[in-house]
Amino acid sequence: MTTTAPEAGRSPTEERPRRPGRRPLTLRRRESRAGLALVTPTLLVVLAVIGIPIVWTVVLAFQRVRLATLRKTGLFGELTLDNVDRVLHTPGFADTLWTTVLYSVGGTVGSIVVGLAAALAVRGPFRGRTLVRASMLLPYVAPVVAMTFVWQVMLDPQLGIVNDWGQRFLGWDAPVAFLSQESTALWTVIAFEAWRYFPFAFLFLLARLQAVPAELEEAARVDGATPTQRFRHILLPQLMPVIALIGVLRFIMTFNKFDDVYLLTGGSAGTEVVSVRVYQFLTARTDIGAAAAQAVVLAVVLLVFVAIYLRFFGAKREA
Amino acid sequence: MDRDRIETISLRWLRRLVIAGFLVVTLLPFWYMLVLSVRPIERLLLDPGSLWVPFGELTVATYAEVLRSVENGGQGFLTFIRNSGLVALAATALTLVVAIPGAYAVSRLRFFGRRQVSALFLAVYLFPSIVIAIPLFVVFSRAGLRGSLFGLVLVYISQTLPVSVYMLKNYFETIPVSLEESAAIDGAGRLGIIRRVSLPLAAPSVMAVALYDFMIAWNEFLFALLFLVDRPNRWTVSLGLSLLADGVEVPKTVLMAGSVILTLPIVVLFFAGERLLTEGLTSGAEKG
Repeated sequence: MTTTAPEAGRSPTEERPRRPGRRPLTLRRRESRAGLALVTPTLLVVLAVIGIPIVWTVVLAFQRVRLATLRKTGLFGELTLDNVDRVLHTPGFADTLWTTVLYSVGGTVGSIVVGLAAALAVRGPFRGRTLVRASMLLPYVAPVVAMTFVWQVMLDPQLGIVNDWGQRFLGWDAPVAFLSQESTALWTVIAFEAWRYFPFAFLFLLARLQAVPAELEEAARVDGATPTQRFRHILLPQLMPVIALIGVLRFIMTFNKFDDVYLLTGGSAGTEVVSVRVYQFLTARTDIGAAAAQAVVLAVVLLVFVAIYLRFFGAKREA
Repeated sequence: MDRDRIETISLRWLRRLVIAGFLVVTLLPFWYMLVLSVRPIERLLLDPGSLWVPFGELTVATYAEVLRSVENGGQGFLTFIRNSGLVALAATALTLVVAIPGAYAVSRLRFFGRRQVSALFLAVYLFPSIVIAIPLFVVFSRAGLRGSLFGLVLVYISQTLPVSVYMLKNYFETIPVSLEESAAIDGAGRLGIIRRVSLPLAAPSVMAVALYDFMIAWNEFLFALLFLVDRPNRWTVSLGLSLLADGVEVPKTVLMAGSVILTLPIVVLFFAGERLLTEGLTSGAEKG
């Protein structure tokens, strides 16, 4: 192919205009129409199942709605600040928010540190590497219900293997009820989070590690840098942008998490995070207004955190 | 010996140790699940610390109980498997139908708002699902869609779309435009080009996306809990297992058999498509 029409750009098709009487559309406009047409189903689904519900949650947050009275209140009933006011002053909400922050930070840092160790260990070639790498991804892909259940049984004071071994080999005096006492429950949930999500960090860090040019490390080696120095001064700076990105992604996802905490502890023993609390308000108390108000607070707090983070990192990158 | 040699040698050993440690930590829970699922509960209470099945204890009665229908005194997991399978397959197929044209458009065609689509998807992907859950719970309660598997499929499509479009888009971008142009010169229309040229070339990526969608839908818990909890014959495997685990009367070993049934399809699928999946998800990550 030697000649291409300049207007064609990246668009390969040529459709004949349907109605002969009308001025034919330019290629560019036809391309634009085709693009919009093809992307419409995607946008419609996202709008219907995600966009509208988000807006509606915000509206519900400012209405006095319970499941029982739902039939009477329309979509735009009387708006009130009651829910937000009530939610912010209910005892326990501040604690829940604090628990959520601790849980998110702990889970994020834990999964990144563990994932980095895994990525560094599996980086070089060895026999069975593919299989080891795949096995390390298992906690992340396996169903959350099965994984939380296995952890529950493993940590069970009566029939769990951890307490049995702890008493037999580590000299524990009594079985530890990891998931039901305040002193250990939150830490156990954070440990679960690190265990289940380290593969996420591992996967992306390994991909980035493999893209670091070999000459960089080779040059440092020739200059007499030891392996730890090479890690500190060559690899780590290369990994930092990816670590920052994984950090913000994992923080957001952990902050929103519902399944893991709900299934492990049900939110008892000082592990109640905001998502679990919203769920309790929604189902047990059927107080939709209060549930929506707390969900909105969750989203707003998250937005503020992300904005601060972006500002901090954006400023740093410019410097 | 200088510092370099000491570090090199000790790190070599440390690395083996770390790999072994990781293998134990990641695989042990799966192994433990398997072992418990084939032990009788009375024996487990006597000897909870065993990591293998003691001689003569092996039983598959747990699996029989978990799979038998409720009328026959079992836990009815066969129904749950059917429900989960139906929901996951439908969600996968429909997500692909919606995502393929969308991804093609975002990767190939210039249209108004194309840039914003990617940003929108990232926002959707990271938005708290509990926020979306509240109005959906309300709407479904009102429209009588609670307890319907169709409603669940709809939610799963929206949950898997952002990543699906992202993965497919990245792959479409690697296909040379000239191939499509020659098809266009041969007289193929836009949809014909997608179907005959782009789609066959993107087959590995489509497979990866299908695997991802299926796994997400099979594993999902929150929306299944919100929509199906009142209808035991519509429960998915995830939901059924968690609700049975809340009750005291079902032995833990039987529930472990249920966990194995829930986990096994995912592990098999994952090992079958591991390379496709990891490449699809991390492509672009190398650039930082």
